Amino acid sequence: MRYLPLSDADRLEMLAAAGASSIDDLFKDVPASVLLDGPVDLPKAAGEMAVERTIGALAGKNLGTSSAPSFLGAGAYAHHVPSAVDHLIQRGEYLTSYTPYQPEISQGTLQYLFEFQTQVALLTGMEVANASLYDGATAAAEAMLMAARITKRGKAVLSGGLHPHYRDVAVNQARFMDFQVVCADPDPLAREDLTALIDAETACVVVQNPGFFGQVRDLSALAEACHEAGALLVVAVAEVVSLGAVTPPGAMGADIVVGEGQSLGNGLSYGGPYLGLMACRQKFLRQMPGRLAGQTVDVEGRRGWVLTLSTREQHIRREKATSNICTNSGLCALAFTMHLTMLGEAGFTRLARLNHAAAVKLADRLGALSGVEVASDTFFNEFALKLSKPAAQVVDDLAAKGILGGVPVSRFYPNEAALENLLLVAATELTTDDQADAFEAALKEVL
Amino acid sequence: MATKRFTKDHEWVSVEGDSATVGITDYAQQQLGDIVYVEVPEAGRSLDQGGEAAVVESVKAASEVYAPVSGEVTEGNGDLEGDPSLVNSAAEGDGWFFKMTLSDASQLDDLMDEAAYKAYIAELG
Amino acid sequence: MPTRTILGNRGLQLEQPLIFEQDSPGMSGVDLPEPDAVQDRLGGLGRKESIGLPGLSEPQVVRHYMRLSQKNYAIDSGVYPLGSCTMKHNPRLNEKMARLPGLSDLHPMQPVSTVQGALELMNLLGHWLKVLTGMPAVALSPAAGAHGELCGLMAVRAALEDRGNARKIVLVPDSAHGTNPASAALCGYDVRSIPANDRGRVDLAALKAALNEDVACFMLTNPNTCGLFEDEILEIAEAVHAAGAFFYCDGANFNAIVGRVRPGDLGIDCMHINLHKTFSTPHGGGGPGSGPTVFSEALASFVPVPYVVDKGDRFDLVEEESQSNQKPFGRMKGFHGQFGVFVRALSYMLSMGSDGLRQASADAVLNANYIAARLNDLLTQSYDGPCMHEVLFDDRFLKDTGVSTLDFAKAMIDDGVHPMTMYFPLVVHGALLMEPTETESKQALDQFVELIRGLAERAQGGNEQYFKEAPRMTPRRRLDETAAARKPILRWVPEAS
Repeated sequence: MRYLPLSDADRLEMLAAAGASSIDDLFKDVPASVLLDGPVDLPKAAGEMAVERTIGALAGKNLGTSSAPSFLGAGAYAHHVPSAVDHLIQRGEYLTSYTPYQPEISQGTLQYLFEFQTQVALLTGMEVANASLYDGATAAAEAMLMAARITKRGKAVLSGGLHPHYRDVAVNQARFMDFQVVCADPDPLAREDLTALIDAETACVVVQNPGFFGQVRDLSALAEACHEAGALLVVAVAEVVSLGAVTPPGAMGADIVVGEGQSLGNGLSYGGPYLGLMACRQKFLRQMPGRLAGQTVDVEGRRGWVLTLSTREQHIRREKATSNICTNSGLCALAFTMHLTMLGEAGFTRLARLNHAAAVKLADRLGALSGVEVASDTFFNEFALKLSKPAAQVVDDLAAKGILGGVPVSRFYPNEAALENLLLVAATELTTDDQADAFEAALKEVL
Repeated sequence: MATKRFTKDHEWVSVEGDSATVGITDYAQQQLGDIVYVEVPEAGRSLDQGGEAAVVESVKAASEVYAPVSGEVTEGNGDLEGDPSLVNSAAEGDGWFFKMTLSDASQLDDLMDEAAYKAYIAELG
Repeated sequence: MPTRTILGNRGLQLEQPLIFEQDSPGMSGVDLPEPDAVQDRLGGLGRKESIGLPGLSEPQVVRHYMRLSQKNYAIDSGVYPLGSCTMKHNPRLNEKMARLPGLSDLHPMQPVSTVQGALELMNLLGHWLKVLTGMPAVALSPAAGAHGELCGLMAVRAALEDRGNARKIVLVPDSAHGTNPASAALCGYDVRSIPANDRGRVDLAALKAALNEDVACFMLTNPNTCGLFEDEILEIAEAVHAAGAFFYCDGANFNAIVGRVRPGDLGIDCMHINLHKTFSTPHGGGGPGSGPTVFSEALASFVPVPYVVDKGDRFDLVEEESQSNQKPFGRMKGFHGQFGVFVRALSYMLSMGSDGLRQASADAVLNANYIAARLNDLLTQSYDGPCMHEVLFDDRFLKDTGVSTLDFAKAMIDDGVHPMTMYFPLVVHGALLMEPTETESKQALDQFVELIRGLAERAQGGNEQYFKEAPRMTPRRRLDETAAARKPILRWVPEAS
C-alpha cells in the first residue's frame, strides 16, 4: 500500500518499543463487542490505474460543459482560468499546508490572504473583508445573523430577487434560532418595493445585485430606507465578475456585502467547493465571522502577517462566538486571488465588458425568435427569457440535442406555475459565435 | 473616603456615596497578558450582581467581567477603545471599565476587602 | 545573526512585496480580445470609479506566488503533528481525478439526465461512508466539519420538534473542541459542560446526573481530544437514549478507528466526518473541507436537501422539501456540497480499500504509541495506558525551566518541524497534543523523537534563552500579535500622497 510507509519489520519493532505484543493491545480500550475482526464489506485496495478506470468511467457518464455549448448560470459561471493558476495552487506548500496558526512558517498563506482581503474590499467598495467563508449562500445567512447581533433586532427581509439557495439557507438557519424571516415573492421583473416591509424590528434587508433573474438595480434608495429605520442593507453578489462593470454595493450604501467568488480561479466542479465572500463597514468589524489576516511586525521590525481578532471565533469564544466556523475556503481563495492578480485592473474590467457584450448579443439574437421574449430589461451576463412553453421541457429537449441551454427557473421554484416558462441564460467570455448559432438553431427547433 | 472591595473573579469596585467605579485587578491583568480589546457596557444598562457586565480580550482569550453589585451603568470608560493597554498599565486606576449607581449597598458586605483579597490571591499561587 | 545582505534576502529565503506594491498601470497577465461594441444594458449603473487593482505580467505573478509558497511549511515538507487535524499525505492521484473533464466541468444546475455519473459518484461516496460507519443515512452537503456538526444538531432538533418538544440543552465534555458549543448555540440550544474524570474520559456519573428531559443531545468526540478511546461509550449511549436525548459524535478523530470500529455499533445517532482529515483531501492552507454527516435510523428521515436517490435505473437529486417523501429539515448550503472534495475522497477510498483503511488506523495508532513510548520518560504524558492516534503531554516536564509550551514549540520551528497542537485540550496545563498519522515512516518518527528529546533536554538543562528567542531562522521571527489585535490593519491602503 503506497501511502503506508511502515514495513512489517517496522511494525514489529515499534510494537515492541511501545510494550505491546500486537496491535490489538493498543485497542484494548475498545469494548470487544464492537471491535471488528476483519475489513468491512467494501472493495479492497487498488492501484492508480484501477482507480483511474473506475472514476474515469463515472466521468464518462456525464456531459461536461467543455464538451457542449453551455449557457448555464444561476449562481455558478463558466469562465476561463489562466493556466498558471492551476499549476501554482498545486505547489505542495499551498496544497498541503494547514491554517496559518504558526505565522513564522506561514507567511505565504498570510500574505495572500491579506492581498485577497484587500481585493475583495476593493471590488465591493467596502472597508474591510474577511478571508472567505464556505460559499455565497452560507455567507448570506451569516450576514443576516451578523446584522441581528449589530442591531439587536430579530427580523430579516429577503428580496424576491435573491438566489433561492441563499434564501433557503438563511431561512433554515433562522428557523433554528427563533429568528424571523420575511420572504418577498419571486420578483422576475424587478418590480418589488421592499421598503414597505421594513419596520422597527427589522435587522436587515438582503438583496442580490445583479438579481437572480438578471436585473441590475440602484439600491441607494433602499439603503436610505433601511438606515432611516435603523436596519442594515446586505447585498449579495452571485457573479463576482459583474463587479468589473457594475457600480459596487459599497457605493450604493450597503452595510454588509456577501458574494460567491467561484467565477474567478475556480471551476464549476458540480457545485463545490466554492468561495464565500464577505465585506463590511469598519465599525462592524468585530461582529464579522470568519478568519482575518492582519498586518504587524516581527521582533526584528520586519513587516509580516498573522491571523488576528481570533477572539471572535469558536476556538476561543465557544458558544458566544460570532459563528461556529473553523475552515475557510483556503485554496479556493488562493485561486481567486491568483486569477484576479493575473487579470489586474485592465484585464478584469475588460473581462467584465466581454461578458456583458456576449450576453447582450445573445439576448438580442434569442429575443428575436418567435416564442421567446427577453424578460430582463437590465442584466450583466445572465438574463431571463420568457418562453412560449414550460422551460424545463425545453431544457431537456435541448440537452437531448447536446446543448446545455440555460437553467429553468422551475428548477428552483417547482411549485410556481407563473414562473414555469422562465429560462435563465448566461453568456461569458467563453461563449463563441458557433455556440450561439447552435443554441439559436436548437431553440428554434424545440419551441 | 472611597470604599474598595474585591470579588473572587478579580473585579474591584470603588464606592463613593451611591456611585461606584468597577474594573479588574492588577492580578487579573497580569494573568490575561496584553489586553487588546474591552467591551464596556453602555450607560443605562441595568446589572445584577454576578451578571455579565463587560468582556475583556487578550490575543488568545476572552473573559467575562461580572458586576460586583447590582445597579445601573452611568458611564463606560471610552478611553479603553483607543487604548486598551490602559488596563495593563493602570488596572486599578485609569484602566477602570465602567461607573454605576448601586441599588443595594449591603451587597458590598458579600465582597472581600483589600486584605482579604491579597490573602486570596496569595493562596492561588 | 548573519550579516545583513543588500536586499534583505537570505539565500533561498526571498523577500516579496505585496501585489499592490508591484503595480504597473494598464498591465495584465491575461491577453483578452477587445469586446464588441454593444449598447449596454446596465441601466445606467455602469462602474464609474476604478477599482484600484494592481497590474502585473504573468512572469511577475508566477514569481510572486512561487516566492510566497516558499515561506510556508506543509505536509509535503515534513511531519505535521497537529493533534486532531490528521495531517496525512495528500495523494496526487486525487488531484488528477478531481480535474477530469466530465467531473471538473459539470455545472450544478445541468439537467440531472446529463450528470448521472456525478450522482452515481456521490451515491458511491455516501455508500462507503455508511458502510464504514455502520449508519443507514448520510447528508453530503455540509461544507466542513463544523458545518457537519451543525447539520447533526439541526437534525436532532428537527426530530425532537417532530416529537413535540425541542428541549433546551446540549451537553458537551469540557475537553470539547470550540466548534461543538458554537454549533449548539447556532441551533438555539444552551450548552452545559461535563467534566472529565482523572482517566481523561467523560465522567459517566456526572453525565448521568446532568441528563434530564431538558437535554436534547450529548456531543462527544471519540476517540476524545486527549487521544483516548471513551471506553464507557456503550454505557454513555444507553444513558443518553434512556433520557430521550440523541448522541452526537464529533468524527474529527475517526482516523484512529476507521475500518476497525463502526460508530453505529456504539449507539451514535449522528456523526460528521472530516473528509479533509480521515480521507486525505488536502487542507489547502485552511480549506476547503467537507463534512458529510451520517445518521442513525432515528434521524434518517430528517436529512437535509439536497440528497441523491438511487432509483435502480437512474439517480435522482431531491433538491426541494416539496419533492421529498421524507422530512428534510431544510437546506444548509448552495448547490449540492463539496463535489470536488468528494472526488478526491473517493479516489483515496478506492485506493486504500477496506483493507488499507483498516491498516491505516492501526498504523496511525501504532505511530502515536511509538512516539509516546520513546518520549514519556522525558516528557510528561498526561494519561496512563495506550493512546489512540494521538498522544497528549502537558507542561509539567518544563516546570522551573522558564520555558513555556509556546517557547518549546517555537524552538521546534528552527529545526524545520511544525509544532504539535498547543494549549488544547484545556483540561491539562500547557497541553502538547501530537498526532503523527500513519503516513509517517519510522525514520521520520525517529527523527521527530530525536528533536523532541533534544529540545526537552536543552530546556531542562537550563538553556532558557534558546527557547525565548526562537525561532531565529524562519522568514519572519515571532510576530507582534498584540499590536495586530489592538490596531487591526486588515487591508493594504495606498499611502497618502
